[in-house]
Amino acid sequence: MSAYANILLGGVFHAAVLFLVAAGLQLVFGVQKIVNLACGSFYALGAYFGITLIGYANQYGLSPWLLLPGLLVAGLVVGLVGLPIERLLRSVYGRDESFQLLLTFALLLMFQDVFRFFWGPNPRTLDSGYLIYGTISAGDLSVPVYNLLVIAAAILAAIGVGGFLQRTNYGRILRATAENRAMAEALGVDVRRVYALVFTAGTILGTTAGALIVPTAAASLDMAIEFVIEAFAVVVIGGLGSMRGALAGALVVGLIRAVSITVFPELEVLSIYVIVIAVLLIRPAGLFGTQTG
Amino acid sequence: MKASTAVFALLATAALALLPLAEPPYYVSLMIPFFGYAIALLGFNLLFGYTGLLSFGHAMFVGVGAYGAAVMAGVLGVRQFEVVLVGAALAAMIVAVPIGFLCIRYIGIFFGMLTLAFGMLFHSFLFKFYHLTGGDSGMRVPRMNILGLELAQYNKIELLAGPFYYYCLALLVLCGLVMWRIVHSPFGLHLKAIRDNARKAEYLGVHVRRFRLAAFVISAGFCAVGGAILAFRIGLADPELVYWTQSGQLVFMTVLGGFSNLFGPIVGALAFTVLQDQLQSLTQYWRFVLGAILAVIVIGFPRGIMGIAEDLWRRASQRPIADARTKDQVLNNQQVLNNQQVLDGRVSRGGAA
Repeated sequence: MSAYANILLGGVFHAAVLFLVAAGLQLVFGVQKIVNLACGSFYALGAYFGITLIGYANQYGLSPWLLLPGLLVAGLVVGLVGLPIERLLRSVYGRDESFQLLLTFALLLMFQDVFRFFWGPNPRTLDSGYLIYGTISAGDLSVPVYNLLVIAAAILAAIGVGGFLQRTNYGRILRATAENRAMAEALGVDVRRVYALVFTAGTILGTTAGALIVPTAAASLDMAIEFVIEAFAVVVIGGLGSMRGALAGALVVGLIRAVSITVFPELEVLSIYVIVIAVLLIRPAGLFGTQTG
Repeated sequence: MKASTAVFALLATAALALLPLAEPPYYVSLMIPFFGYAIALLGFNLLFGYTGLLSFGHAMFVGVGAYGAAVMAGVLGVRQFEVVLVGAALAAMIVAVPIGFLCIRYIGIFFGMLTLAFGMLFHSFLFKFYHLTGGDSGMRVPRMNILGLELAQYNKIELLAGPFYYYCLALLVLCGLVMWRIVHSPFGLHLKAIRDNARKAEYLGVHVRRFRLAAFVISAGFCAVGGAILAFRIGLADPELVYWTQSGQLVFMTVLGGFSNLFGPIVGALAFTVLQDQLQSLTQYWRFVLGAILAVIVIGFPRGIMGIAEDLWRRASQRPIADARTKDQVLNNQQVLNNQQVLDGRVSRGGAA
């Protein structure tokens, strides 16, 4: 019983992180129609930067209780790298989508060596334990509170992004731009600013997700290109451009991964791709997508 | 073939043929991956450049070629490389039929993602089914005979830099000629029509899906031949060859050389191979440089090296606009651009600010 609950919670934790990155991807794709391969790099960037920042914080003797807020700050700050990157991407707006895809692929390659330059080729881990927040035990089931906090943070992010898009004026402007860029522009929307904002917000979601996982996993050079694939699976399963889709897709991928690792390790990644292909073939718009393929 | 193109192709072939006389064997053997990638990219570009479908999973077929060689030579004991080549190409084409059938129902980004998913499916199969594929350590590809000759007197480097080099060169020329025939045949024209305007082509009676599928299958065959060559050189087929970044690398090379030109992918493969080798010996941050080059190409020179060369050639020969047809195209493009700007509302910027 508790074994299953542990697996389930592990899956939900992974899904929470996946959701954050996928939400960033969806935001950027929904509004800008760019499939951002560099989202994996943002994720890795957040992770590395989080480790560095927490390292400094520990050096200056800040309370270890500040781990979670510190990581959130790290994600938010380093996510601002999205601004100059958006400036670069601007040169391919309106060009064929394969060129946009390739430019983000170029970014992915470059980031790979940026990490190598600043953080070295070996995986980096956080020294301070995340068990500072304690664990909750029920019977023989024990969950680190940190994991629960991350899940809560992801839920908050989901509510926040959803509320922003649905309830606020700027959210409506974003959706209008996503719907019909030319019309929005004709009605006086500053599309350039919207794009800059959307891309930076997407980047921040990615870097924050990366920063949040470092207490539980190492940051390595391969994490970017590995994570891209998973984030893609999420987005495809949920439907390109849909926030609810990102949530559903993240849960599907997170849980399947958690279950198959324990039940049938051979099929761990395989099962995810099978589902991706099935979704693409049966319902190419994804579970919550609106586009027709 | 235009006379100038033919002369260039001949000169390039001659230069490649003379290379082993000028360079030490080690460097010559470094050219083998170039041949492998060049042949694979000839096929890849039939799909990307000529049919307009960007696949992010074609490393899968390179992998089928490499693993096909490993299975045929290593497990089944086939020692004739020619048989292995044909077998690998056939295997890839057979695999490509169902996958292509499913993928070509979509275009654009959906096609790209579906191929990516299939590629990664194949990768995780290779990676996880250890007893079948050797998992992450891959499968050994034993040395094979070429043209029925065992060539036992050569060691590996000598073989790669000598007979096998010329063998690959001949193979590349052969594949180049075949691809030249394909793109200039009615079949190739159909593909271009589909790329430029699929709906119009359909109105004119072109079976769009059938042609896309055919292009997909042919491209898979070429990729497998390239993969078998790569496997012959390393003596190993490993799953790294199939990872999605490898598919990205195929796209990279094609765009680097220029996808709007038949020879672009070959130039791209050469430029990439040399560049990667040189950069790797210069700095450990070669990926950054490669990525930067890709970014510059994508932003500034979308027609790649061949595009730059064509422009320079045109300028040097004092013909700003080569012939009437190009001129029409330029005017036409300008018109399309204007229309696009009106549609996008970019022209009425005063109102949009």
